[in-house]
Amino acid sequence: MEMNRPVTSETNHGNLKRWGQYALLLVLTVIVLGPFLLGLWTSVMPTAEISKGALWSTHISLDNYITAITTTPILRYLLNSLVISTVTMLFQVLLCSMSAYAFVFLKFRYRKQLFMVFLITMMLPFEAEVIPNFSTVRNMGLLNHYAAMIIPFLTAAFGTFMLRQTFMQMPVELKEAADIEGLSHWQFYSQLAVPYAKISLMTLAAYSFLSSWNQYLWPMLTTFSDNFRPVQDGLRQLQGQESFNNWGMIQASAAIVVIPTLIILFIGQHYFKAGLNEGAVK
Amino acid sequence: MTITLKQLAKKYDESSQPVLKDVSVQINDGEFFVIVGPSGCGKSTLLRMIAGLTSITAGQLTINGQLANDMPPKDRALSMVFQSYALFPFMTVAENVGFGLKSRKLPAAEIENRVKDALAMVNLTEFRLRKPKALSGGQRQRVALARAIASDAKICLMDEPLSNLDAQLRAKMRIELKQLQRNLGLTVIYVTHDQVEAMTMADRVLVLNDRKVQQVDTPVNLYQHPQNAFVAQFFGTPQINLLSADVLGNELVVDSTLHLKLNGNLNVDNKVLVGIRPSDIQIEIGPKNANARVTTVSYLGDQSVISAVLNDTQTIRILADSTISVVVDDLIKITAIEGFDVFDAHSKEFITRQKGDLQHARITSQAY
Repeated sequence: MEMNRPVTSETNHGNLKRWGQYALLLVLTVIVLGPFLLGLWTSVMPTAEISKGALWSTHISLDNYITAITTTPILRYLLNSLVISTVTMLFQVLLCSMSAYAFVFLKFRYRKQLFMVFLITMMLPFEAEVIPNFSTVRNMGLLNHYAAMIIPFLTAAFGTFMLRQTFMQMPVELKEAADIEGLSHWQFYSQLAVPYAKISLMTLAAYSFLSSWNQYLWPMLTTFSDNFRPVQDGLRQLQGQESFNNWGMIQASAAIVVIPTLIILFIGQHYFKAGLNEGAVK
Repeated sequence: MTITLKQLAKKYDESSQPVLKDVSVQINDGEFFVIVGPSGCGKSTLLRMIAGLTSITAGQLTINGQLANDMPPKDRALSMVFQSYALFPFMTVAENVGFGLKSRKLPAAEIENRVKDALAMVNLTEFRLRKPKALSGGQRQRVALARAIASDAKICLMDEPLSNLDAQLRAKMRIELKQLQRNLGLTVIYVTHDQVEAMTMADRVLVLNDRKVQQVDTPVNLYQHPQNAFVAQFFGTPQINLLSADVLGNELVVDSTLHLKLNGNLNVDNKVLVGIRPSDIQIEIGPKNANARVTTVSYLGDQSVISAVLNDTQTIRILADSTISVVVDDLIKITAIEGFDVFDAHSKEFITRQKGDLQHARITSQAY
């Protein structure tokens, strides 16, 4: 650093630079949050005024939310999504961690080759699997049922891949110490490996919940009734049902749908921070 | 709890050379047994073979009279302290110490007691609820020890447990470890690359080098009666001098100005290695009849290590009283050698040990 510079000009220069950075960040924040806030704002405005293209209204109320909850099956959609996403999440965490454990801690023939097959399934886009999956589900008679939306997603190669990386980072000595103490595989998995990989498991849980929650194409193909339809397809349904779109109400429904996502992100962020701290202290 | 190794060998599939061969030794009950050798000599592999973490290619391992070659680690009734301590970051100190007991389904009260006793023994009682990351290196090391103690196994394997500590703490832990072993009557098999650690702690030492056992003996015997040049060189600081010399009748000719007299004839043709401890050499300072020139002087406190070159450019280390005033480029005369070992120049095997004295170092007068 240039130590011979006058102190004042150095700090002024620093201040100016920092203000510039903050200004840029502020602009970017507005750009990113703008549509979101606009949506939230319109959800409390009367539909009549939204239709006129007004951006400002004095008739602010929660009427749209009440209408959404009382006149549409939005709560049913929420329940459907909650069931589907929660079950998917639980099974993905359980099955992915178990398969990842096998790939790291069990020695068996063709372990590497089998893992390659796992990776290959990850490289296949879901859209390419839609048609065979659809015919399978139809043949099993599971169309228009929770099972159709849960069973194909019970496990994910991505989850196995991610947890395998985490387990591989566990020092070998931990497994050896457990071997000497006589822990069985199940004991090592449940008492040591899972707590060790807690952060990754939480991340996978949040990720699988959100990706299940945000599914659109697959549920659209496999569900035909409100009893099983998840939120994302439900929202589309609200829009199409009438020729006149009650935009205020649709916005309110969208806001309701986003809430669980925000909760998950909030919890996830908490764990993410904890994970960073844990890693920092050796 | 005796452990017997009979011609143990290890060979990995990938390599044609075995990493260990023909290791035979009996480790007695309550013994502090150290396996020492330079890095890469296979000492950790040997320990892991005893633990059951590495498979045995050939030979027999018996624990308490029972063949244990294929016994799973948990049935060998031993505990192990790892170099990296192998502590679980998400468990408290007490949980770390008790984790093996819990998985063995011991009653909670018993676990509680054992953990308490083990932590008291290593002076960590007040830290029982801390996580490992909130402990210093020495404390973590003691947690790993406490875990071994709590397991109640009578055999404890240690893989360089002190190598991550600073020098002072290491010296302190050496004493603590030795006391603990004696108080608990443990059979300890301890792996280290540090000869000082081996010498200070061991009842007996197994010296490994070049995939083979070099010598199994007490520290005193290793120092005084090394069976080959490697062992002689490995123990003792400063290192022993190994000078190449010619056999001429009943004299060893190191160079034109340094001859050592032998008692009786050696059954070797000409070349040998002479091992002389730096502390066994006496010198006089001054150019008169000098036969070496000082190159470095390292001050150690009450003693100094002097390195000097002989006439024929071989270097010799001398341990002298630090009151002696000598500087670089001084000429010195080696006046006496109290004793020396003779090793075969090719096989490096021990041939004979000779008592020497002033008369035996014949110095031909020659201006340096």
